[in-house]
Amino acid sequence: MALIKIEYFAILREHVGKSAESLQTEAQTAQELYAELSERYAFPELNHMKVAINEEFGEWNAVLNDGDAIAFIPPVAGG
Amino acid sequence: MSRFAFSREDLSPEAVRQRVMDPASGAYVAFEGWVRNHNEGHDVLRLEYEAYEGLGVKEGERIIAEAEARFGIQSIYCVHRLGELGIADMAVLVGVSTPHRAEAFEACRFIIDEVKHRVPIWKKEYYSNGDSGWVNCERCSASAEHQHDEPNPDSDSAASNKAAAG
Repeated sequence: MALIKIEYFAILREHVGKSAESLQTEAQTAQELYAELSERYAFPELNHMKVAINEEFGEWNAVLNDGDAIAFIPPVAGG
Repeated sequence: MSRFAFSREDLSPEAVRQRVMDPASGAYVAFEGWVRNHNEGHDVLRLEYEAYEGLGVKEGERIIAEAEARFGIQSIYCVHRLGELGIADMAVLVGVSTPHRAEAFEACRFIIDEVKHRVPIWKKEYYSNGDSGWVNCERCSASAEHQHDEPNPDSDSAASNKAAAG
């Protein structure tokens, strides 16, 4: 089990109804965590998602460590 | 000091110009992205920008460092609005000063294109029909309530007809 902080932005923040939470998870990777949360909150289907780990872009297959901060990055639209 | 920033206040072209003014520069090019009143056939009333600010500043600074490595640049600054914006408000401002003009045009174009693709900023548009949506997200969503075009994996590269600003 790892304690992970998760930040939600934009469409996911509105969908989940909060901008951050900390939770204990059995998920081993960022991908598994996304799948767990997607099921829990019934995330809308989103293409081209990215993940950030401890405030840097990361890999979906990165192994999670206790205390990691994870953010899911929906398709961006700056400018 | 970071050369990429977010702002919840109105953007000031003169402040950016002063910031990148340099005695070694002979050219200054700025890009302003404005909130447009229409997008993909919808009448846009206003919009909101949200960002992952910590990562956004880092990625913005990386883009500026890449521009410096590619072009002969003297000074650069880029600032992006957050929060609620109305039609004709300035959403993003890029200022580049260089010894000669060609590099200033190229670097300015490079920076705005990369910022639109890479910096974690999201835009929610509010339409005249009462609908609203996160640009590049809602239209890819299978659960979207309204009929939309097929998702376009590169939609934010076509600045002229896809994004409501910039």
